[in-house]
Amino acid sequence: MGVTTPDLSVQIGSLRLANPLIAASGCFGYGLEYASTIDLRTLGGFVTKGLFMTEREGHPPERIVETPSGMINAIGLQGIGVHRFINERLPEIRKTGATTIVNICGTSIDEYAEVARALSQAEGVAALELNISCPNIKEGGIQFGCHLGGTFDVVSAVRKATHLPIIPKLTPNVTDPASFAKASEDAGADAVSLVNTFLALAIDIETRKPAISNGMGGLSGPAIRPIAVRMTYECAKAVKIPVIGMGGIASARDVLEFLIAGAAAVQVGTANFVDPFIWSKLLAGLTDYLTRHQIARVADLVGTVDFSKH
Amino acid sequence: MPVDIRARVLSNAHLSPDYNVLSLAAPEIAATCQPGQFVMVKPGRGTDPLLRRPFSVFEVLRDTAGVPTGITILSKRIGVTTNLLHQAAEGDLIDCLGPLGQPFALVDPPAEAWMVAGGVGLAPFATVLEALNAKGTPATLFYGARSAADLFYLDWFRDRGARLALATEDGSVGDKGRITIPLERELTAATGKAVTLYACGPEPMLEAVSNLATRYGRRCEVSVERIMGCGMGGCYSCVVPLKDGKGGHHFVRSCINGPVFDGAEIVWE
Ligand SMILES: Cc1cc2nc3c(=O)[nH]c(=O)nc-3n(C[C@H](O)[C@H](O)[C@H](O)COP(=O)(O)O)c2cc1C
Repeated sequence: MGVTTPDLSVQIGSLRLANPLIAASGCFGYGLEYASTIDLRTLGGFVTKGLFMTEREGHPPERIVETPSGMINAIGLQGIGVHRFINERLPEIRKTGATTIVNICGTSIDEYAEVARALSQAEGVAALELNISCPNIKEGGIQFGCHLGGTFDVVSAVRKATHLPIIPKLTPNVTDPASFAKASEDAGADAVSLVNTFLALAIDIETRKPAISNGMGGLSGPAIRPIAVRMTYECAKAVKIPVIGMGGIASARDVLEFLIAGAAAVQVGTANFVDPFIWSKLLAGLTDYLTRHQIARVADLVGTVDFSKH
Repeated sequence: MPVDIRARVLSNAHLSPDYNVLSLAAPEIAATCQPGQFVMVKPGRGTDPLLRRPFSVFEVLRDTAGVPTGITILSKRIGVTTNLLHQAAEGDLIDCLGPLGQPFALVDPPAEAWMVAGGVGLAPFATVLEALNAKGTPATLFYGARSAADLFYLDWFRDRGARLALATEDGSVGDKGRITIPLERELTAATGKAVTLYACGPEPMLEAVSNLATRYGRRCEVSVERIMGCGMGGCYSCVVPLKDGKGGHHFVRSCINGPVFDGAEIVWE
């Protein structure tokens, strides 16, 4: 009996990824920051920092604080804007051979559509992730991500504006994320990704001030993982389109947990800060597991959680 | 290109109840590290701490043949990571990613280099002095702390030819007060000499030193210390406001564009 290596590729709408491991938005710069450290082609893909039409300076520091098994951030979507991204970064990114998903933001439905149109004409964009879930800025995103009608309208507008696969990124700061996954599917999304960060607050008890300048921020890291797994499971049950799961993944075991819960692919954010070389370790662990369990394709594992009584 | 090393602790020298110098076996980092660069360090395998913390490379260790074998870091106990580093024992393993960041641009002789250190801000200057000595650039260390007991490695710097100017807040050694007191005195006296300043320490000190340098027409490079998430440019946490030339500022990541900046470009808060 010959040893066969498992098929790690996954299908997200019309997009085929070499493996299910994607670097999460805001945790991987514009990809180029890591291009001399790791081979970006070994990832299934990466998602850029969120982009508006125009440049944004973001919040003043302090922008992060570590909390138990996690961190709270309020970066405030500092970014170079879609035109500078296309002109200054994308040509360099193309040379790396990376599968590039662009995280897009807007303060209005029109802006989302406009950003999407600009990126659709650029060469080297594999898909768009719609950030309707950033908890850190007042105007933009979350106002659409917290209302079913708003989610439907943004996704519909972007659907009309682009032929690229679109992946609304959902917030966990709602009672029932699955209904937002459904609204996204109904509006023509190719997949959904979740979770963005949990709205959170840490206070310096000596000064009685919030630990970061913006006051509240978004919680990420291992602390949020079990809630993120639950939400991924609920969303995967509610829709037919692929679900990309994330939240606190720090090992191959965690990747597998999300896949079994129903994620077709996963994203890794905070753990990449801790270990920029994590990707090869996750891949090795994933391959190991599939081989050990004689699972030929990673897709065969997706959504196989067994809730039946023992 | 940074490497990640699970570095073995070679020794841990306690300089005081708060300060320690940790020697780490990290030949790959030591071999390429330039003065002013830093490493991202994480003691322990778990999630407390979760994130790495940035530390300037203090010394580069070499074997008898001069081959780089490791680095040391100078740490002051304030949080969870620095407490673990304080307690670390020989043989412990500590994750160490680096070297990272932009180094100081050191002047050649006959210009002089004046290093200005406040407290744990001494950290980058051991490697700076070695590089200055290799160039033959005359070096002075201005070094301030709370009291004489908080001034470390004075002989180390003296033995390697640095001229010392000290200040302590309690006046137990050197000038009583801030390090800017001897610095300003010497800037006033140094007319006609080419001098570049290199500063590392608390932010108010960096601002004061940078402003002094501007006033006396000297270039001053400062090494800033910001809370960092990744050290690689991934997260945009560690930003510093730089002048945008239009009366405003723009935020720049201190991990990849710094930690060393031209002090005159920073918008001090
Ligand atoms: C510092 C930081 C910045 C982030 N920026 C963005 C962003 O620009 N757009 C976005 O959709 N999500 C952003 N996120 C959320 C992550 O992409 C991810 O959804 C979240 O961190 C959960 O995954 P993790 O626990 O693996 O980090 C950011 C997260 C962090 C920690």
